[in-house]
Amino acid sequence: MAEKVLKKGNEVIALGAIHCGCDGYFGYPITPQSEVMETLMEEKPWETTGMVVLQAESEIASVNMVYGGACCGKKVMTSSSSPGLSLMCEGLSYLAGSELPCVLVNVVRGGPGLGTIQPSQGDYFQAVKGGGHGDYKIIVLAPFSAQEMYDFVGTGFDLAFQYRMPVMILTDGMIGQMMEKVELRPQQPRLSDNEIAKRYGSWATTGKTPDRKGNTVTSLALDPKVHETLNHRLQAKYREIEEKEVRFETLYCKDAEYLLVAYGSMARICESTVESARAQGLKVGLLRPITLFPFPVKEIQRLMPQLKGILSVELSTGQMVEDIRLSVEGKIPVDFYGRLGGVIPTPEEVLEVCMSHYIK
Amino acid sequence: MDLKDIIKPENLVYKRTKVLTDNVMHYCPGCSHGTVHKLIAEVIEEMDIQDKTIGISPVGCAVFAYNYMHIDWQQAAHGRAPALATATKRLYPDKYIFTYQGDGDLASIGTAEIMHACNRGENIVVIFINNAIYGMTGGQMAPTTLLGMVTSTTPYGRQADINGYPLKITELIAQLEGTCYVTRQSVQNAAAARKTKKAIRKAFENSKQMKGTSFVEVVSSCSSGWKLTPTQANEWMEENMFPFYPLGDLKDI
Ligand SMILES: Cc1ncc(C[n+]2csc(CCOP(=O)(O)OP(=O)(O)O)c2C)c(N)n1
Ligand code: SF4
Ligand SMILES: [Mg+2]
Repeated sequence: MAEKVLKKGNEVIALGAIHCGCDGYFGYPITPQSEVMETLMEEKPWETTGMVVLQAESEIASVNMVYGGACCGKKVMTSSSSPGLSLMCEGLSYLAGSELPCVLVNVVRGGPGLGTIQPSQGDYFQAVKGGGHGDYKIIVLAPFSAQEMYDFVGTGFDLAFQYRMPVMILTDGMIGQMMEKVELRPQQPRLSDNEIAKRYGSWATTGKTPDRKGNTVTSLALDPKVHETLNHRLQAKYREIEEKEVRFETLYCKDAEYLLVAYGSMARICESTVESARAQGLKVGLLRPITLFPFPVKEIQRLMPQLKGILSVELSTGQMVEDIRLSVEGKIPVDFYGRLGGVIPTPEEVLEVCMSHYIK
Repeated sequence: MDLKDIIKPENLVYKRTKVLTDNVMHYCPGCSHGTVHKLIAEVIEEMDIQDKTIGISPVGCAVFAYNYMHIDWQQAAHGRAPALATATKRLYPDKYIFTYQGDGDLASIGTAEIMHACNRGENIVVIFINNAIYGMTGGQMAPTTLLGMVTSTTPYGRQADINGYPLKITELIAQLEGTCYVTRQSVQNAAAARKTKKAIRKAFENSKQMKGTSFVEVVSSCSSGWKLTPTQANEWMEENMFPFYPLGDLKDI
């Protein structure tokens, strides 16, 4: 039987990294995610799996350490919270431009500025629309339980290497600090240097052996044609991801007349909202996007004909709601409800808002 | 008589190292970058570590260093090469990792990364090309620009009250416990280049022995940025740069 532990979301991010055979973690302390590095330091994986764990001098350094490690074909990651992610955005753009695989965790807190350490979903735009400069996308996974925090580290690395691009786990302090039962997976061995050279020797900096040319990992392409081709290749990859990698969950959607859309911590609240709506005989459903990029556009469009409207519930002033509106192309009303400053709306509060639109 | 009859192994006095590529370098005439590239490539060949060496190129005129050596390369964001090197060395401890950085890259935007990598004593080699100017972006003031020196952003000369003082970052680096070898060299003539090559060799040897960070500054010329001919640039460097940035070892443990 698989081992079960009772732990915080942040702590199992660390365990998920170790267990999936991660090679290196580079981070800088920031609330509410410091437990990730603290747990790693306590676990001392360098003595067991050989994983490198390093406290960097800043988030700028951590993301660039991730860049260096990713160039090597190694499974490397970092974690931070909003202000730290802002500092990482140049690096993130370089990672995307150089087509490097890695996992970044953003345990979001409220902004703008130093803001608050309370949970927030205010970094949706930064994660999904870019953040850094240039035309790039990253895959964004939104866990809603400690179990998913644990599982998505491995999933993230699988996707990152499959598509050679950064994957972000976008979560918040509520999921990060919440203690839940988590089922652990068996330890996966780290890849040996030889195995990495064999698998990724066509692009990674594993040391130039006589049988191959030197590899250069760069995002620089001054030749207009080369640069245009690179961007088209990136876009083709993003379109493929939009086709193949959309993940979501639905609750009571089959006969729903009104739809709540919420991710991460807000999906937890909305689950209860939908349950009590159903108990009152109201045909309300919940769509929980698990991937924020790629966004479940098609699922929303599939449900659209049966719906009177949609309510986006977020811990922000309304960000994901824009993607929902793009999906429905003005054909049905899309409303928004959000709280800020770490105020978590109650399921009843959401139900009230939902009713006011639904009954209208 | 054709070339093959003249160039026989027994007549050969100089051969370009096979670590250098055939690409024509984009550097201006007289630029120190090309000379330093050649010295690094020769050391790599002599130590027979081509398959174990990973170079990290900066943002600056040497951004394209990867076009000139047959080794694996990572191209870093401006100033961040020491962070890439840190991770790479820790993940591949048996490889030789060097960063190649200009003064803007290393001593301005990347000050935090170089300080902390050196302070952690990362077992890497740092090659620091100090030409006291931002060559690539067209000759703006660098942290190492001398007082009174005219650049495109100090058109009346660098003034301490406005621009602060030229930064002797190598002296700071030498204070850090993580560094084992800190030296300042130059390449304006054959004798100087030979000394620099020795320094680079020692730096790579230190890396093998895991002694800590080795830091080789090369006081360099930038004829384009300084608006001088290559010969004038070397003379100007000897007269003005060397008194402020004296050559020699600052630390050798
Ligand atoms: C984040 C960022 N800021 C600014 C630049 C523009 N930039 C490119 S090279 C450079 C200065 C390089 O000077 P130096 O490091 O001294 O190298 P040199 O060209 O003199 O060898 C600057 C400011 C950039 N590419 N990225
Ligand atoms: S601008 Fe200066 S540093 Fe750049 S290639 Fe020309 S001489 Fe060299
Ligand atoms: Mg310079």
